[in-house]
Amino acid sequence: MPWGLLKYGLGRRYPAGPDFPARPEFKPRYDVVIIGGGGHGLATAYYLAKDWGITNVCVLEKGYLAGGNTGRNTAVIRSNYITPESVRFYKESVDLFNDLSGELGYNILYSQRGQLTLAHSDATIRTFRMRAEVGKLVGTRIEMVDRRQIREIVPCLDMDENARQPILAGLWHRDGATGRHDAVAWGYAARAAEYGVELHQRTEVTGLEVERGRIAAVETNRGRVRGGHVIQAVAGMSSVVAAMAGIRLPIRSYPLQAMVTQPVKPFLDPLVSSSGLHTYVSQSSRGELVIGGGSDPYELYSTRSTLELKESLIAHTLELFPFLANLRLMRQWAGITDMTPDYSPIMGESPVRNYWLDAGWGTWGFKATPVSGKRMAETIAREKAPEILHPFRLDRFKTFDLANEMGATAASH
Amino acid sequence: MKIMPCPLNGPRNISEFACSGEVAEMPEPNRTGDEDWADFIWMSNNTAGVVREWWCHVPTNYWFIAERDTVTDEILKTYPAGKVFTARRDFQGRDEGP
Ligand SMILES: Cc1cc2nc3c(=O)[nH]c(=O)nc-3n(C[C@H](O)[C@H](O)[C@H](O)COP(=O)(O)OP(=O)(O)OC[C@H]3O[C@@H](n4cnc5c(N)ncnc54)[C@H](O)[C@@H]3O)c2cc1C
Repeated sequence: MPWGLLKYGLGRRYPAGPDFPARPEFKPRYDVVIIGGGGHGLATAYYLAKDWGITNVCVLEKGYLAGGNTGRNTAVIRSNYITPESVRFYKESVDLFNDLSGELGYNILYSQRGQLTLAHSDATIRTFRMRAEVGKLVGTRIEMVDRRQIREIVPCLDMDENARQPILAGLWHRDGATGRHDAVAWGYAARAAEYGVELHQRTEVTGLEVERGRIAAVETNRGRVRGGHVIQAVAGMSSVVAAMAGIRLPIRSYPLQAMVTQPVKPFLDPLVSSSGLHTYVSQSSRGELVIGGGSDPYELYSTRSTLELKESLIAHTLELFPFLANLRLMRQWAGITDMTPDYSPIMGESPVRNYWLDAGWGTWGFKATPVSGKRMAETIAREKAPEILHPFRLDRFKTFDLANEMGATAASH
Repeated sequence: MKIMPCPLNGPRNISEFACSGEVAEMPEPNRTGDEDWADFIWMSNNTAGVVREWWCHVPTNYWFIAERDTVTDEILKTYPAGKVFTARRDFQGRDEGP
């Protein structure tokens, strides 16, 4: 019997205080102004303070912390990409995630259960081979598995050889994981605030004053602020905010939808994904099945949900797990994702000297929250992007030097 | 399901259509430097508001133009491409094959 809990409930003194201080008034000037209070902006604030001692920082968030894609994603964490540059980058993020609860002193419910991606065609098997070899080369845990091994990893999958899209082989990524998405943002925010970083919620950036190739001031609905450096980490609104600085981006914004079922007893340990069926499924620590798929078919800045997507996600999920047919859906929602042509992010320098980009995170940026924060902080502190971010520079589009991750990203996140 | 009013086929389910992005002026290929060409290929206005876009009714392969609000998800107007592109445009050097 948890007596401690009962005593706590009946007691008058609740030792838990608020995680973040109340919103202060603006200071006239900050060393760094961060636009966007999602995981990326907050992680950048934390690492600026922790790694570089830069604490005169404010985070401007138009809504509430983690209310954007950080609190809407399906929390797939993995590093099984296809180019060595990407694998190296995302591996650094998975490594940071492994210790994150401890580092932040904040439980992010991190759970490394492996991710199984399914192939229903020979073409997919070929790309899996390549991803497995690249992954091993860079030092991630990844291997091809056959039908027998798939049965061992996820016994409840429908392995019928006469199915519409039979399962031929799999890509087994032991480093695959999941965690509580908004806790990641809250953990970073709480620790950043302890270093003195200011969190300004309900503060919308409405304009950027550019003078002689630099951002002179940031306009908000609560007045102007100045910053030595300004960084945008606004996901679906990347093009809109960049346009305030006169910057055009190769980004198109699409809604991405997901949904959860009612909770059931734990039966599905790994994360399961199939790009052939445009769906992926995992079971949350609460027992709900989290189901996601591909982006909406046309560009939109609205987070409405559609019946079409619900139907196609359900149909495809039932092809993998027919016995789920009687489960009920609890929620469906959407986030606005900033899609790049090569399914890789845009990070680092912008055409405006003291303005830095952390954009183009599309449907796959939650897993990169720690590494993006760490490396964007380094970029700002050194006023130069480190070599690991070089493949993701905006200028790659001028030279057609793309980092194509479409095959390793679409419908897998 | 959302309905798209097709200028050729009348109102149809939007799942029958494919969107091909904003109507953009194509620069003259032979007089455009690499950087401007890359700009034309990759960059996007990604407007939050009313846009003019290419759409195709896939079963009939009919291309037309739609005006759409990307914030409210409303289709405001659709019309045949001939309303905008009234004359044939030839690019210089077009016939110089390899
Ligand atoms: C349904 C769904 C499923 C996904 N699944 C996965 C997954 O499984 N794995 C994965 O790795 N990724 C996934 N993603 C992608 C991932 O969620 C994002 O790439 C990531 O969360 C981006 O983080 P962020 O901090 O950059 O953006 P956000 O969390 O969106 O934060 C940006 C913030 O900027 C604020 N903002 C915008 N404009 C302004 C302004 N003018 N002024 C001030 N503030 C502003 C917004 O309010 C928002 O809070 C998914 C996305 C969605 C929508």
